[in-house]
Amino acid sequence: MSQGISTAHSVVEPSATSRWVAGLLVALYALITITPLAWIILTGFKSPSDAISYPPKVWFEPTTQGYCNLFTTRSRQTPEYLAALPPATGKCDQMARAESMVVVGNSNYIPRFVNSLIIAFGSTVLSVGFGVMAAYAFSRFKVPLKDDLLFFILSTRMMPPIAVAIPIYLMYRELGLSDTRTGMILLYTAVNISLAVWLLKGFIDEIPREYEEAAMVDGYTRLQAFRKVVLPQATTGIVATAIFCLIFAWNEYAFAVLLTSGEAQTAPPFIPIIIGEGGQDWPAVAAGTTLFLVPILVFTVLLRKHLLRGITFGAVRK
Amino acid sequence: MSTKAPLADRIAKATPAPLASRMRGLSDRSIAWLFIGPTMALLLAINIFPLIWTIKLSFTNYRANRPNAEVSDIGIDNYVSVLTDPDIWIAMQTTAHFVFWTIALQTLIGFSLAFLLDRKFRGHGFWTTLILIPMMLSPAVVGNFWAFLYQPQTGLFNAVVAALTGVSPSSFSMLGEVKLAPWAIIIVDTWMWTPYVMLICLAGLRSIPDYIYEAAEVDRASRLRQFWSITLPMVLPFIMLAVLFRGIENFKMFDMVNLLTSGGPGSTTELASITLKREAFEKWRTGYSSAFAIILFVAVFGMANMYVKALNYVKTR
Repeated sequence: MSQGISTAHSVVEPSATSRWVAGLLVALYALITITPLAWIILTGFKSPSDAISYPPKVWFEPTTQGYCNLFTTRSRQTPEYLAALPPATGKCDQMARAESMVVVGNSNYIPRFVNSLIIAFGSTVLSVGFGVMAAYAFSRFKVPLKDDLLFFILSTRMMPPIAVAIPIYLMYRELGLSDTRTGMILLYTAVNISLAVWLLKGFIDEIPREYEEAAMVDGYTRLQAFRKVVLPQATTGIVATAIFCLIFAWNEYAFAVLLTSGEAQTAPPFIPIIIGEGGQDWPAVAAGTTLFLVPILVFTVLLRKHLLRGITFGAVRK
Repeated sequence: MSTKAPLADRIAKATPAPLASRMRGLSDRSIAWLFIGPTMALLLAINIFPLIWTIKLSFTNYRANRPNAEVSDIGIDNYVSVLTDPDIWIAMQTTAHFVFWTIALQTLIGFSLAFLLDRKFRGHGFWTTLILIPMMLSPAVVGNFWAFLYQPQTGLFNAVVAALTGVSPSSFSMLGEVKLAPWAIIIVDTWMWTPYVMLICLAGLRSIPDYIYEAAEVDRASRLRQFWSITLPMVLPFIMLAVLFRGIENFKMFDMVNLLTSGGPGSTTELASITLKREAFEKWRTGYSSAFAIILFVAVFGMANMYVKALNYVKTR
């Protein structure tokens, strides 16, 4: 099962027609499934009135107003006040003036995005670092109760986040970790470590033991062999695992919304509460969503080969 | 005699080197514990200790918003009230409906797509990548933008349904109507997670060796017979794996639905996790919600056990 057998078909080769029909159906599904996402990306370039026009507009005059509104905060002013101001400097300011508003400052989007980056990368480094050590130990040594420990590690991932959040909330309140980046990094590390250990154990299992044994015969200690032989061999697996951890931490919402509110808030709880005058500012929300999704789209393409392994905790390997 | 001495010499010279180097470093046993230690310490601090705390709280009437109020031990009262609370049972039914239909639709569509992709037509890699995108997105962000697509009158979803069926786009509201809201969350979850089932099914289909089909062809088994007797049984363990993973994930579903409907209208889409969040972080009934959390733990843990058994089955096959 671990190797996908894809030798050339003989009598079971699908006919040209069946291939053509299959291709057509799959392409159709792909186009339908990508439409909602494409629509959100387009909405980021619409004006607020185009975004909620009836019927929905496919063709529209593109504008960067959504992105301006995403990055700035504005306030409405009287015509007299506006007339007395010096001419608008930036493009965003001009657009705000056109609606008799002035830009008064930066929005919280960039700080939230930065929080997301710091927390995602911080927790990824920790969970892959601890994970690769534990995975190596589980892969190479006789650990008592190995299977039970591995199952325990996996089962921590199965807990509903809200159930975990109740005591974490109380614990963090006591320790002063609520709404701190450190608290979120530790929490995401704990959640991701199960995935890291399981995936990395699979990758390390595939590296022949003989490599390290040869190195140790040559005089390396076990630790040197781990560092200079196993780690370089496991690079692909480590990178794939790291990307999976990054994606989880980047996308996480339940813990973030319950345990952070300001200082350490990440982007997922922030994007839905971007509001303009009179309700949600959809072009700004769409712009924020688009920027937030770009890293994920890049990762999806990078991860294609290892996707299956990652989403099944290493149960299915191709 | 003269030939033995140099050999013994050589052996004596050759053996101590690796032994000595191993003695210089740490023993394997201490490395094992040193390497597993940090992971275990972290999991004990952030998973097990809180879990024990939850169990302790579940036997009290503690409320997190009144840290100074007197806490008294009330035995299993919380468990009794959770299990006899009709609202909890409604939430469990809502969750079951959600889990059942999302899995049914995702398996059906996911398997069909995998079956088609297995034809290996030109450009199948490109289309696969495109199809996979939804499952990589943040569920919260997805819930949020689907709320925009579901807007009556101005939303894309209503416009498309109106164009296809001829009903007025403002005549229905996916998120506002009691009858439609449970299906609104099922549609979004299916959109998002069908690729997941598809990917696992595809691995299953690709794992079937060609010679089995060739043998069936020699035996003149019909294409339909081949499908029922070869394809389906051989892909079944993979489908089971996907179903169990999706089952566990959707049983604890929170983020996407919280953003899309936050349980409404009324409590028609209030899944177990959303009820739990309301009890714990809005009504602040910490003791009561801890008991509910433990009950959910046990349920998920049971499913996790089933998962590991299925996983071993798939692996040993």
